[in-house]
Amino acid sequence: MSHHGLEGEAMDRTPGDDIDDAGRVGAAVRTYLLGLVLAVGLTAASFWATDTHLIYGPSVPIAISVLALAQMGVHLVFFLHITTGPDNTNNALALAFGFLIVCIVVLGSLWIMTHLSQNVHSMDQIMRMQR
Amino acid sequence: MNATATALPRHREATGHGEGGPASKRVVVGYGFWIFLLSDIIMFSAFFAAYAVLSRETAGGPSGRELFDLRDTAIQTACLLASSFTCGMASIAVGQRSQLWTQIALLVTGLLGAAFLVLEVREFTSFVERGAGPSRSAFLSSFFTLVGCHGVHVTAGLLWLGTMMAQFLAKGFRENIRHRYLCFSLFWHTLDIIWVALFSLVYLVSSVS
Repeated sequence: MSHHGLEGEAMDRTPGDDIDDAGRVGAAVRTYLLGLVLAVGLTAASFWATDTHLIYGPSVPIAISVLALAQMGVHLVFFLHITTGPDNTNNALALAFGFLIVCIVVLGSLWIMTHLSQNVHSMDQIMRMQR
Repeated sequence: MNATATALPRHREATGHGEGGPASKRVVVGYGFWIFLLSDIIMFSAFFAAYAVLSRETAGGPSGRELFDLRDTAIQTACLLASSFTCGMASIAVGQRSQLWTQIALLVTGLLGAAFLVLEVREFTSFVERGAGPSRSAFLSSFFTLVGCHGVHVTAGLLWLGTMMAQFLAKGFRENIRHRYLCFSLFWHTLDIIWVALFSLVYLVSSVS
């Protein structure tokens, strides 16, 4: 039971998670502050991307999406404490599965619907063809 | 069981290494609620997909670019991000069993959440007054469904937050109350994650394309 001593226990715990001794309060506050700074920076970057001319216009939505994904990652690690630590393995796996479903729902819908709108004629096009 | 094992504090028992028996109640509660939150995220992803498909179908009505005021979106984002931070501060205060700091941090979290909601209701009413209600076009139907669904979640979160403040006052820092608070903090942080997707993909992307 004791062959992985305190170091092992410390590694099991996510920084900032379940603080119950006074010595770790400073470290936990710093974790949340670091998360806040990163999140504010990424938010500012994506607002900045909307009205800059430094980024090639058509690629701005991609840049915003990438920044959003990065910020979600920051929130997951620093605020929700979803990490790859041993006590967190199930949470990380569930997240991976949820991410798969979200990708299938969103990308699949977009894929199918753009094909439909390219391949199916609208009603007035059909009426014109029948004349 | 030897003497050292029984002398260890509670949270050291389950380690995820398959030693010391099943995972602690805290880990199991967090896992179960995380599964629920992921199902909520999947529901939101369906609304996101509907919005992405319909965002150009304005039926001659106003587009997102004409309607959205990015300054309001920035203020809403700041409110929700700050409230996520103060919610984290409340988690630390709960760990420290500090009634005063718990109540202060939760009150600030609630006020920021309420400010977010006020801005959202103001935005919705101004759209409806300008003739851009949910029945105007497919774009606006999907917009109101998606953003409104997030707003309903924030409203539910505020009610839950008030309940948590009252329970900490009335019942103290009992283990089951702290587990309830763990679920609340996961819920509140998840709402912020969904808002990140909302302000990026709905407000910012439609203002550039």
